[in-house]
Amino acid sequence: MSDTTARRAALEEALLPPIVALAVVLVIGDLLILAYGEAPGAVWRLMLEGTWGNAYGIGQVLYKATTLACTGLAVAVALRAGLFNIGAEGQLAAGGFGAAIAGLALPAGTPSIIATPVCIAAALLFGGMVAAVPGVLRAKFGAHEVIVTIMMNFIVLALLNYVIAAHLHVPETLHTPSVHAGTIERIGSVIPAFHGSAVNWSVVVVGTAVSAVAWYLFRTRAGFELRAVGLQPGVAEYGGVNVSRTWMRALALSGAIAGLGGVNFVLGYKGYYEDGFAGGAGFLGIAVALVGRNHPLGVVIAALFFATLSQGGLAINAMVPKQIVEVLQGIVILAVAASVPEVRRLVRKAAGARRSGMPTSMPTATEELRAARMSGDQRPSA
Amino acid sequence: MLAPVTAKGESISDMRKLFGLLGVLLAAHVAMSFIRPAGAAVAPVGDAVDVGIVFDLGGRGDKSFNDGAYIGAERAAKAFGARVRFVEPGEGSDREAGLRMLAAEGMDLVIGVGFIFTDDLTQLAKEYPNVSFAGVDFAVSVDKDGKVVLPPLNVAALKFREEQGSFLVGALAALVGGSKKVGFVGGMDTPLIHKFEAGYKAGVKAVCADCEVIAQYAGVTPEAFRNPGRGKELALSQYQQGVNVIYHASGSTGLGVFEAARTMKKMGIGVDADQYNEAPGFVLSSMVKRVDNAVFDVISRVKEKKFSGGIYDFGLAEDGVGYVYDEHNKALIPDAVRARLEALKADIVAGKITVPSSR
Repeated sequence: MSDTTARRAALEEALLPPIVALAVVLVIGDLLILAYGEAPGAVWRLMLEGTWGNAYGIGQVLYKATTLACTGLAVAVALRAGLFNIGAEGQLAAGGFGAAIAGLALPAGTPSIIATPVCIAAALLFGGMVAAVPGVLRAKFGAHEVIVTIMMNFIVLALLNYVIAAHLHVPETLHTPSVHAGTIERIGSVIPAFHGSAVNWSVVVVGTAVSAVAWYLFRTRAGFELRAVGLQPGVAEYGGVNVSRTWMRALALSGAIAGLGGVNFVLGYKGYYEDGFAGGAGFLGIAVALVGRNHPLGVVIAALFFATLSQGGLAINAMVPKQIVEVLQGIVILAVAASVPEVRRLVRKAAGARRSGMPTSMPTATEELRAARMSGDQRPSA
Repeated sequence: MLAPVTAKGESISDMRKLFGLLGVLLAAHVAMSFIRPAGAAVAPVGDAVDVGIVFDLGGRGDKSFNDGAYIGAERAAKAFGARVRFVEPGEGSDREAGLRMLAAEGMDLVIGVGFIFTDDLTQLAKEYPNVSFAGVDFAVSVDKDGKVVLPPLNVAALKFREEQGSFLVGALAALVGGSKKVGFVGGMDTPLIHKFEAGYKAGVKAVCADCEVIAQYAGVTPEAFRNPGRGKELALSQYQQGVNVIYHASGSTGLGVFEAARTMKKMGIGVDADQYNEAPGFVLSSMVKRVDNAVFDVISRVKEKKFSGGIYDFGLAEDGVGYVYDEHNKALIPDAVRARLEALKADIVAGKITVPSSR
């Protein structure tokens, strides 16, 4: 197989589905806006102006994307290991809570150089612990991680809700007192153009984490094992990989990444944990991972895209109901999900024809994943 | 080995079809971008009061205070042409973003609906000293010495004297119930709801000193405001103990109270908005919180350039709270009872009766 043909096919496969999805979303958005009786051109312009049109808007998008990148990457890492983590919502909340608890436990005046890393570590630990439960249950007892992660959401959110409402809240509010130490400064305090926007230096922390995860997945032996288990647990096991331990490690890592997202709100934005701050960002992470094709770079781009829609929805709220944006979010997900296999079929067929005679039926990633999942459901006999 | 030429041609043309489809979609999008339907929004011109309202996460259609704020603003729009913009936040950080967006646009007045806006309003008011802000149910904090901390000078805290309205429905429950026992179902066990209970109890005692009030709460978490099952359970047990009328202050948990009232053919009293329609015939009245009046009032102040920050209490005197008496429930409330309630109301307004606001 010629290298350029393969690379071109891979690039087309990666880029075409989101482009198709975007075109579909624009047209359906036009129709919805027209049906509501507004001018599509004006609405889209307002959306762009409110997001990428000025530093404040960009800051807001970056702020939202920071959390989404974490939850999206969390889902993506688990999927790479062949596991569906539906629990990012609870892990995100737990991470934020961990950061707040650490920040409240530290004495006031602790230098940030110590306090912030301690709080971040607490967020990673809390998120990771929540996800470790389904990891252990999966590895030791074969309990399906989809069910367990979903149920963990209820348990964690209800527990946090109780702890806040009954013990930790400031009267007449639903949040904890402000943390004593460990807050992360907003970018607006250094670059005045970003003044007022919630974006803070967590964006750098998360950016570093994304790079670290990419390195881990594609450049380390453990990452290779994780991906191998995701593709074919049986084969990986035969090759000497401890599948159970890899699953536990993958889910704990996944949860820790989701938990890191809580730092953005708790340390970077408000300085306290507020009940319900996750607000669906954990569930949206599933969509981010899907659109980002489980690749760290793709996840970052998808997170920026969904953050733009979310912030843009607020900006166009004056002209159209915000539900339009929610519908569009759903359509992006549907369009990507539907166009991925079709685009892949066409690209491979065309690439095959270009190469004139090379086999056109390589197993696709979804097929590989499906195979991995099917064999994953039967416990490997150790 | 060479593939048949036709297969190669078809594969390439399949890709062309995909790009063709993309082209069509984009062309359609560009075409539609130029359409401007009649009646599409145009930039406002002229001099009028510009008001921005950010709703609580419940958003419009909650049949309670978000809708109340909406109605008040619409009334102001009709009465003196106030231009109102509404923002419905999708998540926590959108609350501040929504308020900031409106303030930055140069609105004359920005209103946050719900106590949850307290922190955001306080902070933004300092950043935008020339914009007036108002918070419905703004949580006024108390410092270490128990002194009230006033909101910033450009923030109006719109508070309601729920205890006064609760007092009247307490008297109503005791007068109509006829069984020496009246019930109360609260949502989350917090000082905010204790205010309702305290007023209600005082109202009961004012007309029937030896009446007993059975007061119960659905829980200690916010979930207690969304638990109709628990509401029904509590209400059924109270009705079985001989209670004939139950007042609830428990959000949608109260729907369970009405359900129980319907089953037992007893009475319930609604809260915040007129809840007659939840169980027609079994809702004796509702303690209404006139968020619409408060919002209309604060918009008029801005319009007349008489706005000033501070704590605004909306009680019976200001028509900020009250009880429902209309064609639906007239038949359930005897004229003598109605007269007694109006007398009590006059006494409260005149300051002859002071209603307690805590247990």
